[in-house]
Amino acid sequence: MLTSTEGIGFVVAAYLGVGIVTLGLIAWAMLDARRQKRRLAALEAKGVSRRSSGGN
Amino acid sequence: MTDETARMGWFSRLAHPGQFLQWSRHWVAPLAVVTAILFAVGLWFALFNSPEDYQMGQTVRIMYVHVPNAWLSELCYGVMAIAALGTLVWRHPMADVAAKSAAPLGAAFTAMALFTGSMWGRPTWGTYWEWDGRMTSYLILFLMYLGIVALWNAFEDQLRAARVVAVVTLVGAINIPIIIFSVVWWNTLHQPSSIIAKGGPRMPPSLLIPLLVMTLAFTFLFATLHVVRMRTEVLRRRAASLERRHAAEAGGN
Repeated sequence: MLTSTEGIGFVVAAYLGVGIVTLGLIAWAMLDARRQKRRLAALEAKGVSRRSSGGN
Repeated sequence: MTDETARMGWFSRLAHPGQFLQWSRHWVAPLAVVTAILFAVGLWFALFNSPEDYQMGQTVRIMYVHVPNAWLSELCYGVMAIAALGTLVWRHPMADVAAKSAAPLGAAFTAMALFTGSMWGRPTWGTYWEWDGRMTSYLILFLMYLGIVALWNAFEDQLRAARVVAVVTLVGAINIPIIIFSVVWWNTLHQPSSIIAKGGPRMPPSLLIPLLVMTLAFTFLFATLHVVRMRTEVLRRRAASLERRHAAEAGGN
């Protein structure tokens, strides 16, 4: 049986680890989305666009 | 319009990448807001408004991040397995996009489940790791996710990659029932399920409510990230196709 202060370090480590990975996932998803939008915008600026762009 | 044509209309909208970009655009912000609210409430319960366990003390709080990540490791693989069927049987245009987008998320959730399990195991069992059925099958799941992510990146032709990955995903799905029933089939260090159990959950509401709110929060996080990743994947494929066409046209001139 653990006392009320035992294991606090493990709790902090678990939440820190999860926080870092979760925020990393969110940042990666947002940056990648932005990168692909810029890539498409650059192509459009060059005059390259989809043949069937209606509604897409 | 009959019910059948209405259903087909919905299915066609879902199946068309361009239409997916249109309707999913309106989902991202609401999903993100619900996720943030659920995390705020869940973390308040988990860290400030739930009791210590009489045996595990404060370390019971690790459960609120460990169990949701373990649940999502399996859910994510389930999504990939259904998408694999969509790729192989129906050749659904969005199926391989859904599968590819879920794989790195599944790898991250499995890594977090393994890490938090290890942080929980040391103070309660006296060890960070034990080669028992549940932990070993989870490590295999993590390695499978990494293998699937690597396979997606190994092929330039993503349609070919989708078929190969779909077969690998379905073969690997055998590991999911092994994970779930490992605590029943073998005498493991890991305890059996405390939530889905005969006679109802084996924990008091004061522990169960934070756990359910955090599980919902992580599930909404997965839904939000999956939609964002799927949208990004559609844009990536569109950009790659345009670049190929541009290069071909430039070469032809």
